[in-house]
Amino acid sequence: MFENVRLSFQGIWSHKMRSFLTMLGIIIGIAAIIAIVSTIRGTNEQIKQNLVGAGENTVEIALYQGEWQYEMSYQGIPAGVPLITEDVLDSIREIDHVENVARYMIRQDYNVVYHLNTGLSGGYVTGVDANYFDTCNYIMKEGRGFTEADFKAFRKVAILDEDSEEALFQGESAVGKTIEIKQEPYIVIGVVTKAKQFEPTINSIEDYYMYAQTSAGSVYVPDSTWPIIYQYDEPQNVVIRVENTDYMTAAGKACADLLNANLSVSDDTIQYKAKDLLEQAQQIQELSASTNMMLIWIAGISLIVGGIGVMNIMLVSVTERTQEIGLKKAIGARKTKILAQFLTEAAVLTCLGGLLGVLAGVVLAYVISYLSGTPVAISVGAAVGAVIFSMVIGIVFGVFPSYKAANLNPIDALRHE
Amino acid sequence: MILNLQNIFKDYYQEKLVVPVLKDVSLSVEEGEYVAIMGPSGSGKTTLMNIIGCLDLPTSGSYELAGQDVLKLKDKELSDLRLSSIGFVFQSFHLMPRETALENVSLPLSYTGAKKAERKVRATKALERVGLGDRVNFRPTQLSGGQKQRVAIARAMVNNPKILLADEPTGALDQKSGEQIMELFSKLNEEGVTIVMITHDAKVAARAKRVVRIIDGEIHEGEGDAIS
Repeated sequence: MFENVRLSFQGIWSHKMRSFLTMLGIIIGIAAIIAIVSTIRGTNEQIKQNLVGAGENTVEIALYQGEWQYEMSYQGIPAGVPLITEDVLDSIREIDHVENVARYMIRQDYNVVYHLNTGLSGGYVTGVDANYFDTCNYIMKEGRGFTEADFKAFRKVAILDEDSEEALFQGESAVGKTIEIKQEPYIVIGVVTKAKQFEPTINSIEDYYMYAQTSAGSVYVPDSTWPIIYQYDEPQNVVIRVENTDYMTAAGKACADLLNANLSVSDDTIQYKAKDLLEQAQQIQELSASTNMMLIWIAGISLIVGGIGVMNIMLVSVTERTQEIGLKKAIGARKTKILAQFLTEAAVLTCLGGLLGVLAGVVLAYVISYLSGTPVAISVGAAVGAVIFSMVIGIVFGVFPSYKAANLNPIDALRHE
Repeated sequence: MILNLQNIFKDYYQEKLVVPVLKDVSLSVEEGEYVAIMGPSGSGKTTLMNIIGCLDLPTSGSYELAGQDVLKLKDKELSDLRLSSIGFVFQSFHLMPRETALENVSLPLSYTGAKKAERKVRATKALERVGLGDRVNFRPTQLSGGQKQRVAIARAMVNNPKILLADEPTGALDQKSGEQIMELFSKLNEEGVTIVMITHDAKVAARAKRVVRIIDGEIHEGEGDAIS
């Protein structure tokens, strides 16, 4: 075997130009596939990062009615949806890989938050518990956070994020000032910011709508004061933070299941669901992957053409080496030895072509990335797969020439000029 | 008896015409013999050599080589028999041009499954035996015709075959080199190697201990009738 590989390299090396031209079909095919796959992966990584954020690993679990998040404004809380108690939160905390959990209520309203005459349009009002900022990786930028006393005494205190501070105070510090939420005065006690700053990469207008529209700003109040603003209860949501991105889907689902177990609603389309960003990312990725799949098929055709080229040159090689084959058979080489020798040569040739193709593909991927601005994520799996696949092509297309070589009649072969 | 051919017939088919090449050939060779099979071109001597070398099968007759009934063997077994029992020497050497003398001589050993180190030792010994101990790493292009044929003989001998089968071994060589090869054959025969040699050259055939003539596909053995 090793001997065959050595002989193959010798053969390939002694016909450098010919071998290279033979490999070219394979090289081009593999290069195209690697470049496409790397670009797809790069784009997918970007989508995932944009949606999931840079390592925040938080999953929101909200009440849904069918496909849509339950709309409180019109209907009130449906019967049979119990409050999420501290006990429930504790059992959520017990779920594998969950690091922290918080309960919150959220409303997106137009023109309910004011500072003097400046309104916050399209912003969110969020009623949070004591764990919320920690769970969602917020840190205090200014002022202080909510204390236990704030919750217990129903203090009308609010915390802004940077977006709402900017919208309401235009660069001035908000801490200590009073804002109105539905005509209720709240004192701003602090401003929070994300522990890790993350800017989604915006390459198109679609990207903008997808990732950038949430930056209208939020105002946070203690959840105990929520009824002061809205007068009645709001469905409670849960947000969990997991150890890393890989656990998001599973932990989110486990959490939703746990909450659903306490439901006793008559409309069984009402249930808690994890807003699974990974799943959302996957759907977008599948969409882009299916269009690119076509390109891979086209590149695959070039591999078949390359394979035919290999078969052709192997046939030439068998003819050229008829005497050698005749001699080997005469001195006692079994058919299988000859077969193995030529199959190995074809496999080595295409394997080498595959390796060069991977190299060329990586270079091509970076060129595409440079020209179009999409990121590159080289897939080791795809590279290894490509090399193995080209080897398989060599073996498949090498079978016929090798079979021909193995079955040469040694008498004729020795006499061949 | 190492080699025993009995009533061998071989026909070739040209379109619908049957061309008989060997007609009732019987020949047996004992261990240690040095036999020259001599005949003009077209006499059927190459066909006979192919049959002896298990490269071709007769149309009818029986052939026993080293105790095995050759006609009953399958392709794989024929390969193994050639590997273990026959050492071929050809007129045009048939060396691998890109391999060294040592690698060329090692080639049959690679089919026996011998280990690399063992192959090297045995191939080197075989080269020394034919007087090329100092040319081990030379490639065929760096060797003279006579030296190339010696490498080929070393390759034929490396597996200790039952017989050395030579087809016009001096045909491509000049007078002097041819002479040296013949001396080497005599020496090997004295060492106990059984040799069967095909030639059309009476002078070469004269070096053998026994001469078998083949004319028109028929064997004529004996000293008297001199046909060149």
